[in-house]
This record gives sequence, structure tokens and C-alpha cells, in this order.
Amino acid sequence: MKLPIYLDNHATTPMDPRVLETMLPYFTENFGNAASRSHEFGWRAEEAVELAREQIAKLIGASAKEIIFTSGATEADNLAMLGVAEMYKDKGNHIITTPIEHKAILDCCKYLEKAGYEITYLPVDTMGRVSPDDLRKAITDKTILISIMFGNNEIGTLQPMKELGKIAKERGVLFHSDAVQGVGKVPFNVEEFGVDLVSMTAHKMYGPKGVGALYVRRRNPRVRLAEQIHGGGHERGMRSGTLNVPAIVGFGKAAELALKVMPEEMARLIGMRDRMYRELTTALPDVFLNGHPTERLPGNLNLSFAYVEGESMIMGMSDLAVSSGSACTSASLEPSYVLKAIGVGEELAHTSIRFGLGRFTTDEEVNFAIKTVIGNVTKLRALSPLWEMAQEGIDLKSIQWTAH
Amino acid sequence: MAYSKKVLDHFNNPRNIGSLDKASKEVGTGVVGAPECGDVMKLQIQINAQGIIEDAKFKTFGCGSAIASSSLATEWIKGKSVQEALKIKNTDIVNELALPPIKIHCSVLAEDAIKAAVKDYLAKHGKTVSDVTEE
Repeated sequence: MKLPIYLDNHATTPMDPRVLETMLPYFTENFGNAASRSHEFGWRAEEAVELAREQIAKLIGASAKEIIFTSGATEADNLAMLGVAEMYKDKGNHIITTPIEHKAILDCCKYLEKAGYEITYLPVDTMGRVSPDDLRKAITDKTILISIMFGNNEIGTLQPMKELGKIAKERGVLFHSDAVQGVGKVPFNVEEFGVDLVSMTAHKMYGPKGVGALYVRRRNPRVRLAEQIHGGGHERGMRSGTLNVPAIVGFGKAAELALKVMPEEMARLIGMRDRMYRELTTALPDVFLNGHPTERLPGNLNLSFAYVEGESMIMGMSDLAVSSGSACTSASLEPSYVLKAIGVGEELAHTSIRFGLGRFTTDEEVNFAIKTVIGNVTKLRALSPLWEMAQEGIDLKSIQWTAH
Repeated sequence: MAYSKKVLDHFNNPRNIGSLDKASKEVGTGVVGAPECGDVMKLQIQINAQGIIEDAKFKTFGCGSAIASSSLATEWIKGKSVQEALKIKNTDIVNELALPPIKIHCSVLAEDAIKAAVKDYLAKHGKTVSDVTEE
């Protein structure tokens, strides 16, 4: 077993060696520009891109022509949000989203708000789920777009996509989903979910960084987008720029593999994740699960270890690569806005750790992680005045703290 | 973020962890910070008849820099008089531990913890900080 152990698969995933192997010829002998129509080099590149388009479409139950390649999910989110807002501005100026979206969506919303759009942030429950009823009530005749993420990157909660999609369809509002964390991990079908736009990225599914895609529905309804990057009209006029052929080839291969291994991989990850949760909560009192117990990404385990601050946990576990919702690990010194939105108190948000298991995580690594976490929490609790007070039966909420 | 060697040393081998009897007349206890802010320090001092800090203990909930700051504070105040201990400034801690700007509040908290512990001790003897610093 090699140290440190990577348990941060929500941030990025290592590339699958099979993906790399598929990509390599497209850096050297098959280097052509997929837009070159006049020779073999271009044709070969185009052929490879079209195969990738099919592989990605298949993963989400779409058709190849509905896949628009981008530089990543942030660009896909920008294209969806800004592209729809601009294209449909005569129809309305209202957009519905949630407070737990990725910053790529939230920052687009802030930008659009300044440009005169109205944004409604649907509340989420304590497990991070949107209520379909709330969505129904929020839609007005000015609503042009609903954007709700599929799986949350911090707490792993999966949204009731089918129900949400049905409402969007009934009311004739376009439905976008940032599905970066879920696609390739759990089944996702654009027809079943009733989504019209879907953001994806390769590097969260064992593909390369620097390539993403936006699914744009072509019928029922045909979605139109105002292009955000101008220059040549590639990708059906929605995204100009020479295609990153090797990365796209890798993305396609990653999608193909993800679809192939999904049932087995899901079961394995859920098994490891649940075991980790069980063993940690058996060994340690006052450990709380953030997010939904079952409707969550298979590899996601987000826990609050009461009375132990997250950054000190991470510092004490240098053999584990994990992340925390603690303010001290963020540049802003604010604890996680996602945990805040689901009603986790700031004192518990500071104690949260996100474990992200992935395709290459082994049982041996999970065992090591469990042991490391137990050892560290025990050590840091012995050092924690809050733990001491709690053991003495003092209600921490009754104390007059000196906020600073 | 990279931590300085001294922060890592104090974090991995914290000095003077523990608790003193907070009911004792010889003990002063300072608890500063708030759980919502992500750091709480408890610093205790035990003072002998000559007014010297014989023992100091701490417990801290907070980031590595907060733990290191309080560990260092207990190390520094041991053997000092109350007056000397009150002269320790947060900037001394920043310099010793090479804390980055984002962690300066940890050192402020450690300074506050020393002051709070001294204040608590003095209060037990019917005195205030100005009573001892004016002499």
C-alpha cells in the first residue's frame, strides 16, 4: 500500500490507464484537427471525436449529436446558464436553482442577477434534497430555466431528478443539471430524468482534465443556446474552438468504461463506504452523517466529528488525502455553504470531513483510513476543551462564548 | 497549506496538555473563542505564593496553528511571574511559529487566553489586572 492514500475523488479522479492508452496515438501520429475536411489527418481525428461523442451520449441515454464539447464542466455550466438566459430573454427573466450548487452555477447566477435576471434559490431539506412541490410553486410565467445539480460534490446527496424533470416538462421550462459528480457513477438517463441540458466533465470519471461536455436536447423540445465563445462555429455553432482531440478521445473511453463497470463499481463503493461509516460510528461517539443515508453518491461519505476541528484533523492525518468543510481550509474563512444550507450548525460544519472513495480505492486503504481517523479523533478529543465539557455534562449551547 | 516546522512540532507533540483543578484558589482558568468560529482555547495556570506560574495546562479545539499557539503559550508562561506573562504579545507568537497572515487570529486567541486565565486567578483573590501591573 502506497502512502498517502487518495480519498478525495470528488475533487478529481486519477486517470484510468486504459483511458491514457486510448489517448496516446492522438497526441502523435493521429494529431489532425478534427475540423480539417480536406485530408486523412482531419478525417481520422473527426472519426475519433464522433466515436467519443457516441460513447458519452450512450452513458446518459442521449444521441451523439446532442453532445457539445467544452473545456470542462465550468464552461458547460456557463454555456447552459448564460446561453439559455440570453437566448430566451424575450420569454422571461426568471431562473430557479438551489443554494447548494457548485460555484460555477452560483457565480453565473450572481452575474445574471446583476444583468437584471431574477433568481429563486429553492430551499433544501436537512439531507440536501429539493422538494418537487417547492419547485412547482416557484415556477412563474417568466421562468426560463431550472438548474438543479444531480449529485452534490460535498455531501453526495442525489436529487429526485425524475420528479423534478416531470414538473419542468409539465410547465414547459428548460431543465439543466450540473451532473458532474453523478454521471458515470450512478445511472443517469436524459429521457427518464426529463433533463434538457446536462453538464459533465471527464476528470471526475477517470478521464483527463481539461475536457467537458454539455448535453443539449435536440427534440421535445429543441434547445437553443446563445454561443458564449465565438470563432468558427464549431459544435453546431454553440462552442467555437479547435477540439481537444486526445482529451475528447479519453473522455469517450472513460464514459465507455464507466458504463461497463457501473453496476459492479457502485456495489463495491457503497459496500466500502457503508463499512467505513459503520466502523467509525461504532468506535467513536458523536459522529454525524451529513447528507442522505441512501440517496447519495456511492463513493461519498461526509461526516462531522463533533468537538474536533476539521483542519486539525487533516493536519493529523497527513497519510490521508481528504477535504473538510471547515472554514480554516477555505480561503474565505467561512465554513461550507452547503452544510449551512442543510442546517448543519457552524460548530459542526467546522468538524466535517469529506471522504471520497473511487475506482482505485482498496479495502486495505479503507482499513488504514478507518484506523487513522479513529486514532486522530481520539487524540484530538483528548486535546479538545469542548469534548471535556461535553463529558462533564455541560451543555455547550448554554455557554456565553466570546466570539471573535 | 504548508505549515512551519515549529507549528508541526507543537501540533504533533503538544506541550502541557491537560487540566488543572479550576476550583482551586491557586488556579486561574481562561476560556476564549467560540465553537461557531472554529476555535476555543482553555488555558489554565497554577500560581505559587511568590506569584510565579508553576504550572500551565491547555486544551484547544481549533486548527493546527491554534493548537500550536496555545501549546507555545503554556511553554512560555511557565516559570514566569504574572506580570511577565501579561507582557507576552500575539506578535511574539506569530514570529516564533512563523504564522501566515490568515492564522494571526490564532495567536491573538492565545494572548487572550493568557490574559483571561490571569484575570480569573486575580479575581479569586479580589484583584484586577491593573492592581498587579501598576505596582
